[in-house]
Order: sequence, then C-alpha cells, then structure tokens
Amino acid sequence: MAALLLRRFLQLLAVSWGVGTLTFILMRALPGDMAYRIAAGRYGMDAVDSRAAELVRAELGLDQNAFSAYWQWLMDLLTWNLGNSLVSGASVTQEIWHMLQHSVLLALVGTLLAAAIAIPLGLSSAYWGGWLDRLMLACSTAMRAVPVFVIGLLTMIVFALEWQMFPVAGFGTPAHLVLPALTLALSLAAVSNRVVHTEAKRVFDSGFFEFARTKGFSPWQAFRHHGMRNIAVPVVAFFGVQLLTLIEGVVMVESLFSWPGVGHGLAHAIFARDIPVIQGAALMMGMLFVVMNTLVDIACYYLDPRGGRLA
Amino acid sequence: MLKAFTALGMASALLFSAPGFAKPTADNTVAVKGAFEFTSLDPTRRGYVFTRMQVLETLLNVDEKGNLQPALATAWQVKDNGKVWEFDLREGTVFHDGSAMTAAVVADSLNIARGKPSLMQGAPITAIEAVGDNKLRVTLSSPYSPLGAILANYSTAIMAEKAYDQDGKVLELIGTGPFSAYEVTTPHKLVVERFDDYWGQKASIEYASYLTGHRAETRVLQARSGEGDIIFGLDPASVPMLKRLPHLDIIRSDLPRSLSVKLNLAHPLLADKNSREALSLAINRSGIATAVLRSKEAATAQLIPSYMSDWYVNNTSVKQDLAKAKSLLSAQGWQKNDEGWLEKNGQRFELDLITYADRPELVTVATAVQDQWKRLGVKLNVNITSSSSIPAGHKDGSLEVALIARNYGTIADPLGVLIKDFGSSKGGDWGSMNWSYPSIQTTLNELVQETDTTLYHQKAQKVAQAIYDDKPLIAIAYYVQRTAINKRIEGFRFDPYERSYFLNELQWKK
Repeated sequence: MAALLLRRFLQLLAVSWGVGTLTFILMRALPGDMAYRIAAGRYGMDAVDSRAAELVRAELGLDQNAFSAYWQWLMDLLTWNLGNSLVSGASVTQEIWHMLQHSVLLALVGTLLAAAIAIPLGLSSAYWGGWLDRLMLACSTAMRAVPVFVIGLLTMIVFALEWQMFPVAGFGTPAHLVLPALTLALSLAAVSNRVVHTEAKRVFDSGFFEFARTKGFSPWQAFRHHGMRNIAVPVVAFFGVQLLTLIEGVVMVESLFSWPGVGHGLAHAIFARDIPVIQGAALMMGMLFVVMNTLVDIACYYLDPRGGRLA
Repeated sequence: MLKAFTALGMASALLFSAPGFAKPTADNTVAVKGAFEFTSLDPTRRGYVFTRMQVLETLLNVDEKGNLQPALATAWQVKDNGKVWEFDLREGTVFHDGSAMTAAVVADSLNIARGKPSLMQGAPITAIEAVGDNKLRVTLSSPYSPLGAILANYSTAIMAEKAYDQDGKVLELIGTGPFSAYEVTTPHKLVVERFDDYWGQKASIEYASYLTGHRAETRVLQARSGEGDIIFGLDPASVPMLKRLPHLDIIRSDLPRSLSVKLNLAHPLLADKNSREALSLAINRSGIATAVLRSKEAATAQLIPSYMSDWYVNNTSVKQDLAKAKSLLSAQGWQKNDEGWLEKNGQRFELDLITYADRPELVTVATAVQDQWKRLGVKLNVNITSSSSIPAGHKDGSLEVALIARNYGTIADPLGVLIKDFGSSKGGDWGSMNWSYPSIQTTLNELVQETDTTLYHQKAQKVAQAIYDDKPLIAIAYYVQRTAINKRIEGFRFDPYERSYFLNELQWKK
C-alpha cells in the first residue's frame, strides 16, 4: 500500500509539471493579443482599446519573454502559489476552490443518479434479455447520440416548464441541483448501463454462476454470493473514470444551467486568457485524475483481491 | 464505497442548501436574468452590474436624452473657464453601513478609482479634493466637458470608507443605493435587499436578485416558466413565441450600440469618397436588419441613435441603390470583367474584411455584406479573427475593411468616444482610419470646451453630418435589446444607457 501511494505521489508530481508546462505552451501559442483579451475580460468588451490593453500589459508584465515567465511560474508553483486571476484579481486557489465545490457536488450527484438508473437497467436487461435488452440498446444508442445540451433543454422543458417541479437554472438550493444532475445522469447512464449489461451477461453466462444455481442457490443468492463482486470490478473502474470526465467535461451543462463550476469557469478563463486560472484549473484536474485513479485501484483491489498485493 | 459517496453527497447537499432557508423567497424577490458576469467587486472592473442593481450610485445621473441630472451631488458649478468643477453633495446621505457620506469619503473613493485603469484616466484631472464637509472640487489641467458624463459612469461609483482595504482593494460593496448587497457570489449571482434609509425614492419590493444566464435558451425558458421577472437579452427568434404568453410583456429598446464597416481610407480603393458612397449604397440595410437582427427599424445609415439628439442628423437614407452605386464606380473607370468582378487597368476591386466571433451576428452580417458587394462587382474576402486584431490592424496599417460593433453610450455623452474614434487623422481603434478632415476634427476637439448648449448642438450636428457624408465608417444597423417582463410586477422602464434597472420604481401588482 505504501509503495503504491509513493509511486502515485511521484506520478502526481510528474503530471502536475507536465500539465502545467503544456498549458503554458498552449496558452502562449493561442492567436490574438493577450492584453486585449484580458482587458476585455476585466472591463467588458465595450471598454477595450489600445490604452486599456497597454495598461494591462504594463501591469502584468506581459511583454517579458516566455522563458522568464515560465521560470517565474515554476518557482511560484514550488511554493504552492498559484497566483492571482488576471481578470478578477482574486487568488486562483480561492477561485478554483469555489468552482470545484460546485463541480464535485454536481458530478457526485450526477454519477449517483446515473448509477441508480444504469445498474438496475443493465442488470435486468442482462438477466431477462430479449425485447427488454433490445429496447435498452435502442434507448441507450439514441440517448448517447443526442448532445447533452439537447437533453438539458428537454429536461428543462419537461420538468421545469410543463410540470413546474424544479427551477430552470441557477444554484443555491437542492432543487437547483436536480435538473443539471439528471441531465448528466441520463447522458452517463446511456453508456454505463451497457457496461453493466455486458459484465452481468458475462457473469450470468459463466460456468461458476451456472454451478451456483445447480447446487441449489436461488437466483438472488447466486447473484449476491457469486455475481455482485464479479460484476462490480469493471463497473467501479468505469464509473471512476466517468466521474472524472464529468468534472471537466460538463461545460455545456454548467453554462446551460448557470452552474458556477470548473468546466464553465475554465471555458471563460480561456476566452479571457486568464492564464493563472487556466493553469490552476488544469493542474487541479490533472491531480484529481491521479487521485481518483488511485482510489479506484484501491477500491478494485478490495473488491477483487486475487490480483495479489497492492503495488 | 457507495455508502461513503452517498454520505458525502448528502453532506454537501445540506451544506449548499443553507442559503435556501434564508429570507429572500420567490414571492418577495424580483428575479433579474442577464447575460453578463461580474468578475470582481471593484466598480472599475465591470461594475455595471452593481449600479444597475442599484447598490452603488454615482455623483450624477443621466436622463433618457443624455442630460445630466443630480444624484449624490445636488448641484454643480463649472468655474475657471471649465478647469474647476465643484459639486454640492447631498446632505444627510448615509451608506449601507450607516456611515455618513462626507466630501472626504467621496474624494477618497474617487481618488482610489482614479488610480486604477478606468475612464477617469482619460480625463485631464489633476486633483479631486474635499472642500469642507459637503463640497467636492475636481481640478482639471484643461477644460473637459465630458467630465460630468464620466462622473455618471459606473466606474466612478461612490463607496464607503470601510469598502476598501489600505491598498484601495475593494473588500465589500458598501454604497448609497436603494438596495444593499445581501449575497454576492462572483461571477454569477447577486442578491440585494431594500435599504430603508435611502435618500431618494425608497423601494417597494423587498429583494431583487441577479443571476447570470449565459445561454439565451436558458433565459427564454426562465421567462416562460415564470422563474425570471425581468429577462434581458432575449434571442430575437424566440420573441414571437414569448409574446403569445399571457404572463409576459416584451419590451423592445434601441441601444446606443451600432454595427458598422470600418474602412482604411489610405487604401487606394477606399480613398475616394465616391467609392465609399458606392459601397454604402450597395448595402441592403433593411434586409440585414430584418433577417439577421430581426428588427426592421434597426437599419441605419448613421452611427448615433436618435435619442442622442445632438449627434443625430435627420436627412439620412438607408435605401439600397445598386444602380447608382454601379454608376458611381463606372464613372471612375471600373468595368466588370468576364467573371463579374470590377476591374480597372488589370486590377480587381478586391478587399479583405476582418471581423470577430465574440458577437455571433457579426459573422452573419459579414457574409451578407460580402454577397451584397458581390452584386456590385466588389470581391470581399471575409476573415474571422479575434477582436484584438482590429486595434492591431489599425495600428500597423494592415487593416483594409473591418466589421465592428461599437457602443457610443458607455458614458452618456458620446463626445469622449467620438473624439477617440474620429478626433485625429490617424483615427481610433474602433473609429476612422486615415480620415483627414481637419476642420471637422478641430470642431470635434473644441467641443470639450463648449459650454453653450445651442452652439454645442450646432457643432455636433456639423460633425455628425460630415461623418455621414464622408463615410469613414459605414453604419449598418443599431443593436436592439428585447426584454421580457413578468406581469406580476409593474413600473418597469428601460434605461438606454443601461445604468440602472430602476428596481426601486417597481411594484408588485395587487
């Protein structure tokens, strides 16, 4: 266990450096004058002119060469100083923390809802098969083919306009969380119910499962003692990876539902060339990726310890 | 693992629900939805949300015609040939924290704003100081008539002493408006609460909230569901559907922002006034206004809207006249070649246009202009770049033609913007380029010192007429704002300068 954690920690450092450096190079390579983009982000598009851009350039030292800027950033990073947002002036750690809270909450609730939808559907379609399986396959394909943006609009129209059950957009109360989480869940469940289905089918068709039934277990007993763990390993791994793509990939859902998360914040930071925020957010995601992977590996080990020691 | 996740999810859900139990509810809060974010508490940085939501106020106000009105200053005198402005401050005004608004506090607040990049840095201010308890003196190095309008801009909003830290950083929003800040969550959400010690018309509604809704689709649905009471920036395509709903009123207002074609007059094809006239005549403005902006009346051939009456000339025409345009160019020797492009001495009439995608309609309008000029025989190559390439192209002279959107109402007097844009033969980033018209440019620059309103009007008209006739920029259309108002409130009015939402004038319908 200790060896695993140490290795993952080293990996974390490497990923942080790699992600930070790559972001730095990519941001420098973007077309357009940075000073104008930052000025537009700060003062609004109507107030941007050469004078505002020059002031921004002078204040932020944007004309210093790339190498010294990079060196400065690296040194700051070593002291865990992510800097201040070029647009708002607030500390990046504080801004990202604020956004990340919302994103993590949305991603967690979305994943839980997705699990609540996908696991029963996947299991039952594998168990009964036939028309249920074909129906589920058709629904999943259709749901996957529709952009998440459209699913969001549909949930808004059905649950907020027609049935008036939840607010259209916003944040601050649990009711505001329902529709964006449901949108994500529907889009996620479209794939994950098929993963559950495939795994369950593999187990249900296997010799050991058949043997369990033959020796007199009821379907439920066989499932509990021999099915659950076997199905769980790949499913947990898949959900772990999915949760992560969620945290970063929900830009559309977040802006559609006015949800102040990190995906949406990152998109805005890119428009405004708010480099410290972009780097900070990318760094945080890279680190989350390593941490989540570690957690998933540990969970999978406890679910199926046959693979040997944790290392 | 699942259990742990559930517990975590529940815990965070509970954490987030805390504000939901607080006082503002859907029944006592007017919900405003708009597209803009506020990134910082500092009024010099996109502080417009704070003045629009009436938390912060400025020394002066502006009426619909752009005239200055008293606000935190009740009266003002311009002395010493326009080099000294003195303001009598409103007595008995208190900030939201209960502290009194004295001349010293006002001077501090303005001096802090002056130290940051903002409009005030463009004015020749040498000192802002308190004279006694209730008088403020602003000294200038040369007369500057737009000062009044600048002191009505959000970036010069007055805040209490406790709003700042020692370095002038804004810690808290403490203003004098009819509403105080109740909850501020940058960049998305602002909730304001009625302030009962307000000096002017006290609000009748208890709370108001502003929520950024980035997507036009979201805002339309918020209007439909009744979740929003005032929804700005509706997508034109959705307006007919919203108009049919019994609980909504739709208000259309002209904004002082216009869409125009910027021309480099040093370019050999654009130096002649008749060529520019021909290009202008070839544009089907009504078509663009109807099809792209969905508002036929938005078509215009001049930059400034009618309510800025000093700068609006009456005898302009938006008619497309392709025949006349063709004859203007053929008089200069341009003939159509086999491919249908105009040609003279083996050279084609070909121009490069740049525009930017920050405003999606610009791209559509650019392709419409491309097609309309093609009918004239002019080949226009359209490049979509970032908005910074327009100032950059202006600076290095590489820009030929650009399609731009420009706001002439960032301060209520367009003079400051116009001087920046047209005041010299070099021109401005978002204005003329190599347009040399010394008599007009002198008149324009003199206007900052003009105190006689009749003379001011005459001179302004002269300038506006010259811009229309000479076409250093070809105006195409005004921007139109469409706002949905829920019928449960009454008393809404729209401020064309977008300085205030006038929330204190709203009432719940009985």
